[in-house]
Amino acid sequence: MHFKANVHAKLADVVLQGNLKNAKGKFVTRRAEAIKDLDDFDATRDAAAAIRNKVIDNLDLWLECFERKALDTGAKVLWARDGAEVCRLVIEIAKKHGVTKVTKSKSMLSEEAGLNHALEAAGIQPVETDLGEYILQVDNNEPPSHIIAPAVHKSLDEVADLFHKVHGTPRKTDIPALTREAREVLRAHFLSAEMGLSGGNFLVAETGSVALVTNEGNGRMVTTMPKVHVVITGIEKVIPTLEDLSTLMRLLPRSATGQSISNYFSILTGVKKPEEHDGPEHLYFVLVDSGRADVVGGDFHEMLRCIRCGACMNHCPVYQTIGGHAYGWVYPGPMGSVLTPLYAGIENSIDLPHAATLCNQCGIVCPVKIPLPDLLRKLREKQTERGLRPLTERIGLRLWAWVAQQPKLYALGASVGARYLKWLAGDTDRIRLLPAAPEWTLGRDFPAPQGKTFRELYAARRSSTPRA
Amino acid sequence: MRVGLFVTCLVDLMRPRIGFATLKLLETAGCEVIVPDTQTCCGQPAWNSGDAPGAVALAKKTIAEFEGFDYVVSPSGSCGDQIRTEYPGLFADEPEWRDRATALASRTYELTDFLVTVLKVDSVPGDYEGTVTYHDSCSGLRSMGIKEQPRALLAKLKGVSLKEMNGCEECCGFGGTFSVKFGEVSAAIAERKCDNILASGAQAVVGGDLGCLLNIEGKLRRMGDEKTQVLHVAEVLAGRV
Repeated sequence: MHFKANVHAKLADVVLQGNLKNAKGKFVTRRAEAIKDLDDFDATRDAAAAIRNKVIDNLDLWLECFERKALDTGAKVLWARDGAEVCRLVIEIAKKHGVTKVTKSKSMLSEEAGLNHALEAAGIQPVETDLGEYILQVDNNEPPSHIIAPAVHKSLDEVADLFHKVHGTPRKTDIPALTREAREVLRAHFLSAEMGLSGGNFLVAETGSVALVTNEGNGRMVTTMPKVHVVITGIEKVIPTLEDLSTLMRLLPRSATGQSISNYFSILTGVKKPEEHDGPEHLYFVLVDSGRADVVGGDFHEMLRCIRCGACMNHCPVYQTIGGHAYGWVYPGPMGSVLTPLYAGIENSIDLPHAATLCNQCGIVCPVKIPLPDLLRKLREKQTERGLRPLTERIGLRLWAWVAQQPKLYALGASVGARYLKWLAGDTDRIRLLPAAPEWTLGRDFPAPQGKTFRELYAARRSSTPRA
Repeated sequence: MRVGLFVTCLVDLMRPRIGFATLKLLETAGCEVIVPDTQTCCGQPAWNSGDAPGAVALAKKTIAEFEGFDYVVSPSGSCGDQIRTEYPGLFADEPEWRDRATALASRTYELTDFLVTVLKVDSVPGDYEGTVTYHDSCSGLRSMGIKEQPRALLAKLKGVSLKEMNGCEECCGFGGTFSVKFGEVSAAIAERKCDNILASGAQAVVGGDLGCLLNIEGKLRRMGDEKTQVLHVAEVLAGRV
């Protein structure tokens, strides 16, 4: 994952930069408006964090509760250790039911597992039906750049070009017309798919239900029309009760899209009963570990509270500047910079924990109060402990920390440093190229120092003005 | 009241006048200010870079140097926050040091917070004339609750009128070592901040953390802006030192 190279390309992408600027304003402003509805936003966050803590502190027990209830409703519960097992299980289910086409509502776990690719290889056609995901799928399976707005990096013009090319229709830039065009394509798939696949925002232990938060209605088509419905979600998504669900739902849409409630909110429980007209005849839950169980009880335990709202990335100055693809894996932004090292390997994501200013805007907006900057810092510590940082950086840091413990040596270093920087600036008030830190002067100047250190000037002042 | 002045390594190296301005503000308000000459760095760069042993060693040094004072004051929300918020957590396994860290943390203040909350000053000696806009630095704002304090103090200067910029609470992109590890991203974030500063029309941008100010000044100048002054709040409040 070549984060720095990605960053360079993303910063140079003029269209992307425009799209990011547009998106930033919308997400941030709408959320700020929406949270005003709540009498006590902060107390609601505390309550939500407590619910999530209750679950992740005893995850095995809550999963067993959920499993028991789900089995009672006629669903089947399958457990996947990793992405490969997700693919194998889903393909087995599909084959068992003679499925050739799968309609999909959004599932980040499916992205983690690379499920679409596996389905295609097995001769099963996956059709993404979330508009954003659909756009990406027909654009050569481009990966999502945001967890709830997967195509946020694309402009209207880009989508207009894409639909014109893929659908062979006259190019149009009217958004309702473009949406209608996608709906017309998708309608046929909704009617013909034998299996629907969705993620799950929450699993409710007391009822064995899955709760789905969507805005386009595609989720309902996917989960109710085909005879088979497969829910793929992470094992940490379970919550105890419907009451807890209502607390979390006060925060999720507001934090995510600035809506008080999403356009569609479904609580799906069990298979179709004989007297019912809608719903799947077969319901499967594929509950995925993929690194989550290893996080339980460790230094990054709190990360499991995450409810995938995306507020952290929406408010992150780095995400706002480079977009989601630069992060290199499924999850971008601050939550991604924590999750990617945890799930895809700390040694495979050396840059990510450092790709943050630690401004804590993410921590402030997180609806379940995950201390993201602290977790990023802990990851940095793990990298250092494991010797994964560049040798020059490690030596430099240790040397600096050692010198900073020797006041006289430090004072000497500082006064030499101040003079050197002053010399670099020459007659001007700035340094155009800083040899010791060329990254700084790539895009900005480095102001010149005064030339002497405070401690020198203070000592001089003390010796010239005797004090009582 | 004996106040230990924690100068910060950036002020020591780059802008001694901010240190003298801080000294003047505290002394004018009646404090006896002591500047321990062995002080170096609070250890935040080590802590944020994943070098916990380095951070712990520097924290112990700083605690030992400053725990004898009634208060510790620093012209930085970032370094102040390291002492106040982070220090106690560094000593999970050393209860004696944790107690000393906690005691020091409770007496450590960012400059404007100290002037307003503890000293409750009525006036400040500065004499700045013009429109200023205030950049809220991240640690000061979100960890130490520094928001109204500098504005309340600036309001005491007759010649100063405050013109808030859009996104004054957004990060400037500095982020300590982030600024040199990811220079391009850092500078791009700084550009948004500078656009907002320029759009405010203020003749000076004022802030409470030198790291942010160096970042902002460097970006403004690279963008070709030569006229916007970039000032530490202590310099404005203290006037000539």
